[in-house]
Amino acid sequence: MAIKTLFVDPSRCIGCRACEAACRECDSHKGESMVMVDFVDRGWSVATQPTVCMHCVDPVAPCAQVCPVLAIQITPEGVVQQAEPSRCIGCRNCVFACPFGVPKFDVEARLMKKCNLCYDRTAQDLKPWCAQACPTQALWYGDYEEFANQRQGRAINLTDFGTQTVRTRVYQVVAAETPALDLAGLLREARAEAGQPERSRQEAWVL
Amino acid sequence: MSVNRGTFVERRDVNEDFQQVGRAPSEWAGADRVPERLVPTHCSFCGVQCAMHLRVADGQVIGVEPRDYPHNRGSLCPKGIVAYQQASHPDRLTHPLIRRGGKGGRLERATWDEALDYIVGRWQAIQAEHGRDAVAVYSGSSMTNEKCYLTGKFARVGLGTRHIDYNGRLCMSSAATAYARAFGIDRSPLPMTDIPLADCIFVAGSNVAECFPIVMQWIWQARDRGASLIVADPRETPIARTADLWLPVRPGTDVALLNVMLRQVIRDGLVDEAYLAARTTGWADVRAAVEEYTPELAERITGVPAERIVAAARLYGRAPTSLIMHARGIEHSTHGINNCLACINLALARGQVGKPGGGTMMITGQGNGQGGREVGQKANQLPGYRHIDVLEERQYIADVWGIPEPELPQEGAAATEMVKLMADGTIKSCLILCSNLMVSLPDNQTVARALDALDPLVVIDFFLSETAERADVVLPGTVWCEDEGTTTNLEGRIVKINRAAEPPGEARRDWQILSELARRMGRGQFFQYAGTRQIFDELRLASKGGVSDYYGVTWEKIDAQDGVFWPCPTEDHPGTPRLFEERFGHPDGRARMSPLRYEPPAEEPSEAYPFRLTTGRVVYHYLSGTQTRRLGFLNAQAPEPWVEIHPMMAERLGIRDHEIVRVRTPRGAMDLKAVVVPTIRPDTLFIPFHYGHLGAANQLTNPAVDPACKIPEYKACAAAVERLDGRPLDLGEGDRAARVNYTPQTDPKMFPYAVGETKTPASQEAKRF
Repeated sequence: MAIKTLFVDPSRCIGCRACEAACRECDSHKGESMVMVDFVDRGWSVATQPTVCMHCVDPVAPCAQVCPVLAIQITPEGVVQQAEPSRCIGCRNCVFACPFGVPKFDVEARLMKKCNLCYDRTAQDLKPWCAQACPTQALWYGDYEEFANQRQGRAINLTDFGTQTVRTRVYQVVAAETPALDLAGLLREARAEAGQPERSRQEAWVL
Repeated sequence: MSVNRGTFVERRDVNEDFQQVGRAPSEWAGADRVPERLVPTHCSFCGVQCAMHLRVADGQVIGVEPRDYPHNRGSLCPKGIVAYQQASHPDRLTHPLIRRGGKGGRLERATWDEALDYIVGRWQAIQAEHGRDAVAVYSGSSMTNEKCYLTGKFARVGLGTRHIDYNGRLCMSSAATAYARAFGIDRSPLPMTDIPLADCIFVAGSNVAECFPIVMQWIWQARDRGASLIVADPRETPIARTADLWLPVRPGTDVALLNVMLRQVIRDGLVDEAYLAARTTGWADVRAAVEEYTPELAERITGVPAERIVAAARLYGRAPTSLIMHARGIEHSTHGINNCLACINLALARGQVGKPGGGTMMITGQGNGQGGREVGQKANQLPGYRHIDVLEERQYIADVWGIPEPELPQEGAAATEMVKLMADGTIKSCLILCSNLMVSLPDNQTVARALDALDPLVVIDFFLSETAERADVVLPGTVWCEDEGTTTNLEGRIVKINRAAEPPGEARRDWQILSELARRMGRGQFFQYAGTRQIFDELRLASKGGVSDYYGVTWEKIDAQDGVFWPCPTEDHPGTPRLFEERFGHPDGRARMSPLRYEPPAEEPSEAYPFRLTTGRVVYHYLSGTQTRRLGFLNAQAPEPWVEIHPMMAERLGIRDHEIVRVRTPRGAMDLKAVVVPTIRPDTLFIPFHYGHLGAANQLTNPAVDPACKIPEYKACAAAVERLDGRPLDLGEGDRAARVNYTPQTDPKMFPYAVGETKTPASQEAKRF
């Protein structure tokens, strides 16, 4: 069985921030969220998406690689931990190094903070709080086979940054290439029956 | 090797070191450890009633943990996750308050005796002078079944008043009436776990993603199986964004849309004639009635391109199993009942109702919106959906309660009518529980006048809501996790709420407050309860043999089988998750179809009021926001209301994004931030309704109600929007007033009416349920 990990499906995200509220419940950073919900294109769309640490596998976590004091540890399961408070010197190298823009610098605490995949929970075979709470399962926890058996869409764990490809433990889900439903055909059929010309009569805003 | 190696030996007793040097064993490890327990319960908010564990330490609720349950599978929305923070919130009311020095005075601390004596003294004086009906009770549905039941009994037995109604009247009374009329039973016919069995889901007027986020996981499960999704909504809500087909319908025109879809289903030969012949009545009339609704006509009325409606009808009609989910979008209307009946007609024509995963499903808004209306706090109903004007049913309840039948009051005013009776002085005093009228009722200036006319206005609540601010006496009650009882969720599943904490300060449990009030009114013998379990047992008996039969439900059974679906007539009955598989609730076992005509909303745009204003929710808040606006995380996400306007219109009016604008309707004006978004119809404005005082969207909404069920029209009224820089709005030469479509149907006669006499036939029909 493959390892269990997070699958992030932005198409399902409804921007409810349940993941943020849930993340704040974790005892290791009570009151603070390590997940962020971003508006993808505010002003044109209601689309939102959660941002979590992708837990880079190959090359292994840039944030950890650049840490001068080895404050960022990686567990045998490939979970990239947040900076160990007793070691972190607040240099912010990790913040600049992360290609996904995940680690946040807490100015007051002078510490780097980021998602550690709810290590306290996942080590005990519980789901991370964000995936547990997520009402639409835009954040979903399980293994790849389980995902492929249950859900539509393609799960990808490779991201290209220029010439470099980063493989991550966390998967992003993108839509299947061929839509299951030929909606355009259905609309064309209705239009033709009504004897209407092929061009769309729809007001621009409707689309 | 560390010199301290020995210190870190696992399970080593550190006290040993101290003992070795002759010091007494320290208790620090034990004193530091806080024993924590998990209390299984359910969320206090929407009708889904997600299961959760509350983490309790030292008598305080300190957090939440997921709890697996069939309908939410451990998931929670942001409201549920932070709900526990209410329990020890600093705003909690911890002692009774009395307004000293009359209406102009201030709310000041009082003792329980003082407060209760004052209330009872006033009530007795008022009832002696003006009759029993001069005191009313206005209740809520965000309470347990036990509390709702007791409130109904308190009004009718404790006070002897006919005027008892609840805020579910504003929520889904239209759907309740429609289901009772069509099916004979007012309950969602199938459990949420059936949703994935549908091949096509048609969401009509429901912002499911924001109002009932947990339902989304079931919809997505259906879509993973290949189901298509159609959404009808004037706004591109998060669920519409991902739908296969979005029908951006003009607010208040739903009957036209649904009739055309039915007509198209008939034309395409997708009607299930065998089902209609065997299980329904009235099909011929419906078939004839929809014939005139062509797609082109519907396009003109609804603003949805004709081919989209036809495509939607085919998508819906060709699916082997199809489900219509509807909520406030079509129910908050002066034609709310017709809107729901139109959905039911469509589902019946396809032979879907009673099929696993098929049919129609109403989505209850309030936590206990379903249970609240079953247990006898509705103006026209007694426990178990018994009709208050049917002698045998009155007799049964009178026997359960131990009073002579003639003492049981007749039907009283509906919630929306009650406000008018308060304003004109017919009702002199009102007890309000768990309800925030100043935010939730339309045209809130009138509501303010009505509440201020009461002497005394008594409010039982746990936060000082906008309504409690106007009260003469405020009694501190409990939040959900401080009491024990049951609620009935949107599927009809009865679940158990467990106690996790004690009420803070002098706050008391609501059932104890009501019992004490009854005792002081000299009716204590009818309210001898040792706990909520006894109330539940009495409720079971009161509902026995009724439509919503709880008799076979016990708290143990709820725990044992993860909730029990009513009807559950005997203790060995497992409950009924899916209704209408064999027969409908009417005596002949058939569903009744109703021919429907499209009628416009009560108020339509004119040149002076060119927009349609619609109101709705945001995911971070619940109803009037009394609870959620006090929770930091939720309030931070949406601290104030705004108005959504389409870029096309914003450009025409010269409005920039995030500029403060004034929205006007014939009832008032309010200033709020304009959010320019392309996700709304250009002819429509949207304001979320969760805010109080100057942020209340209900300063603007139309108090016109559905003639039968008296639900107000929150979702469509005429409105204008203008800039604040003094530049007058270009009104043109035309009509300067809103176009009003008041007809005998839309301007229904309000209370008082002689029972069964001055009501329209439709209203009589509706009131029977």
